Amino acid sequence: MSELVVTLIRLGYLVLLWLLVLSAIGVLRRDISGTRVLARGSLTGRASRRTSTDAPGRGRGRKRGQPTRLVVTGGPLTGTTIRLGESSILLGRAPSSTLVLDDDYSSNRHARIFPADGGWYVEDLGSTNGTWLGSTQVLEPTPVPEGTPIRVGQTVIELRR
Amino acid sequence: MATVAPTRPRAGRNAEIGLLLLALVVGVSAYAIVGLNLSGELPPDLWRHLALLAGMAVVLHLALRWRAPDADPVMLPLVIGLNGLGLAMIARIDVSLESRGLTAGFAGRQLTWTIIGVALAVATIVLLRDHRMLRRFTFSAMVAGLVLLCLPMVPVIGREINGARLWIGVGGMSFQPAELAKILLAVFFAGYFVTRRDALTLAGTTMLGLRFPRLSDLFPIVLIWAISVGVLVVERDLGTSLLFFGLFVSMLYVATEKVSWIVIGLLLVAVGVVFAYLTFPYVAARFDVWLHALDPEIFNRDPGGSGQLVRGLFGLAAGGLMGTGLGQGHPDLVPYANSDFIVASLGEELGLTGLLAILIMYLVVAQRGLRAAIGVRDGFGKLLAAGFAFVIAFQVFVVVGGVTRLIPLTGLTMPFMAAGGSSLVANWIIVAIMLRVSDAARRPAPSGAGSVVGNETAAIALADLDRHAARTSSPRSLFGWDHVTDAETSSSSAVAHEDDTFASAPTEHIGTRSDLAAIADDRLTSPAHDTGETEAGAGTSRARLDGPGGSERGTSERVVGLARDVPGTADRDPDPGATGVIDPDEERETSR
Repeated sequence: MSELVVTLIRLGYLVLLWLLVLSAIGVLRRDISGTRVLARGSLTGRASRRTSTDAPGRGRGRKRGQPTRLVVTGGPLTGTTIRLGESSILLGRAPSSTLVLDDDYSSNRHARIFPADGGWYVEDLGSTNGTWLGSTQVLEPTPVPEGTPIRVGQTVIELRR
Repeated sequence: MATVAPTRPRAGRNAEIGLLLLALVVGVSAYAIVGLNLSGELPPDLWRHLALLAGMAVVLHLALRWRAPDADPVMLPLVIGLNGLGLAMIARIDVSLESRGLTAGFAGRQLTWTIIGVALAVATIVLLRDHRMLRRFTFSAMVAGLVLLCLPMVPVIGREINGARLWIGVGGMSFQPAELAKILLAVFFAGYFVTRRDALTLAGTTMLGLRFPRLSDLFPIVLIWAISVGVLVVERDLGTSLLFFGLFVSMLYVATEKVSWIVIGLLLVAVGVVFAYLTFPYVAARFDVWLHALDPEIFNRDPGGSGQLVRGLFGLAAGGLMGTGLGQGHPDLVPYANSDFIVASLGEELGLTGLLAILIMYLVVAQRGLRAAIGVRDGFGKLLAAGFAFVIAFQVFVVVGGVTRLIPLTGLTMPFMAAGGSSLVANWIIVAIMLRVSDAARRPAPSGAGSVVGNETAAIALADLDRHAARTSSPRSLFGWDHVTDAETSSSSAVAHEDDTFASAPTEHIGTRSDLAAIADDRLTSPAHDTGETEAGAGTSRARLDGPGGSERGTSERVVGLARDVPGTADRDPDPGATGVIDPDEERETSR
């Protein structure tokens, strides 16, 4: 074999080796970027579409003018929205909470927001630092007007239409 | 402001096919080039070689599709590529050894062992449906591992080769039981640390900014250290001894995430090394070879001279940046060029460029193991995958470090490449178990959790977006330990296991549930759902078991029920804790 062929095979094999390495890393790249950052609201839009296809009858009982989503307006989770269904929403640090707060000032099971009598109520679950609706502390289940900030630890949430 | 959504990792089985093809081309074309360059024609058994390698790849791939469809797509092709390249290099050295009239025939044996290793890997993937099954054998694994480790010391079957008593001989075949022992001991360490995690993490006194463990918790590490030293003394093998101790310390670090354990481990290694240096002449000889390799009297010393090491270095130097080309160098001049010094052989013929590609392949395999450890939800799987990833990475480090004179030369093998059946078989089983764990880690969560935003990923992404978030969020666990795993694993063996299943995965997700309604429905339609009960059970046992520092990690609060029931909502409450209430007045929630 000529010198040229030997050299070409030698370098070609190195290229092949690196091709394997680089394509393996290329497959990995998708895995490393584990999350997508979405524009605000697009996630809720997607969720609502799914809800409507999964369970078409779910929104039936809701009256017009009721809040449809819970929006975090302050604290580490700012921007998160949760679609309001017919079940109550538990706020707290416990992993089983609906909205898990990453906040040292909130209790593990801090507060609950639940639908009753055609509206939404907030109830403090015996938290250490208390739950505040506007500027008053929540001592008993209290109706939540739309757009009024509820403060739980460092997190502020609002109900919105 | 934006929100964060997880991308569901694609299983990547089709990407795996592409990578496997490329890996086969890498392995088989190396074999073909060796033949071309040495004899001017393609090796006569090229097609048989190709068929065997391709057959093994197909069988492994189908086994993954059948039993582990979400397993990592990168690990298998890289391992096949490494194994194929190793086979080619061993065959190439065989030719040179034959032409010099030395014993050869390593390639055929290595191919047989590859087939055995692949068969065992397939068996592991097919039979081991869930890696947590291994946890049942925690203590039997310890006993079996220690027995295997001590087997070479048994007079009749133990074999001593080149001064190291590491082999057993059964009917003409020799085997290194320590290679299988490392799998068993990793299983034992994982099972042991999962139950002792909290005690090892939280108890102890703080000194110089590091939290040092209690003396009673220190006992096992000292015991393992003593065993490692025992192996060193009796079997005279520095590499195995270092591997076991390193495996122990690294898994301890993964379990506790306390740097103090690494400091303690390194101190013990330093003590052990100084002790060995002063006591055993063969260790001192290794150090001489390492530090004064190029001195003529050390080079010519027999036995224990630096000739092998220095010839390996000359080979690497001859290879240079691009290598001499497969079959064009003289790697066979180094003793054990196809096993201990296969790195030098590859470096000579593929050059720095090729050697770096090989090292990156190992790096990616180890990284995939660690990634599986981070992704998997149960503590046992985390520790197991991290331990195995460490084993592979550590062997590569010790071998390459030894050959390149970064550290003293010790007797470990390059995984998948070096000639040697025990190591090859053991590493194939390790890869099979890592693939199994990665399948569990990447499996999509059951229905209803599709839009769950993982708290970790969310916190990381939000921290990038919002400096406020970065300021207020608490430190994240490096290995993805979460509170749930804490509660389940530390409430010790009996209660927690049943809850530790993937069926309860939705409750283990920390995150924002925008799809709350679906989950709530899930709970309501299955009134006998055991989550509430089991959680309460695990919680109470946890509360009882709590040591003084137990609640620091905020794990004992899952028991707490609702203080009051609100009329009209109690029967529709989606929260499982509410159904498993013990006594709301007795168990008040605690908070930092």
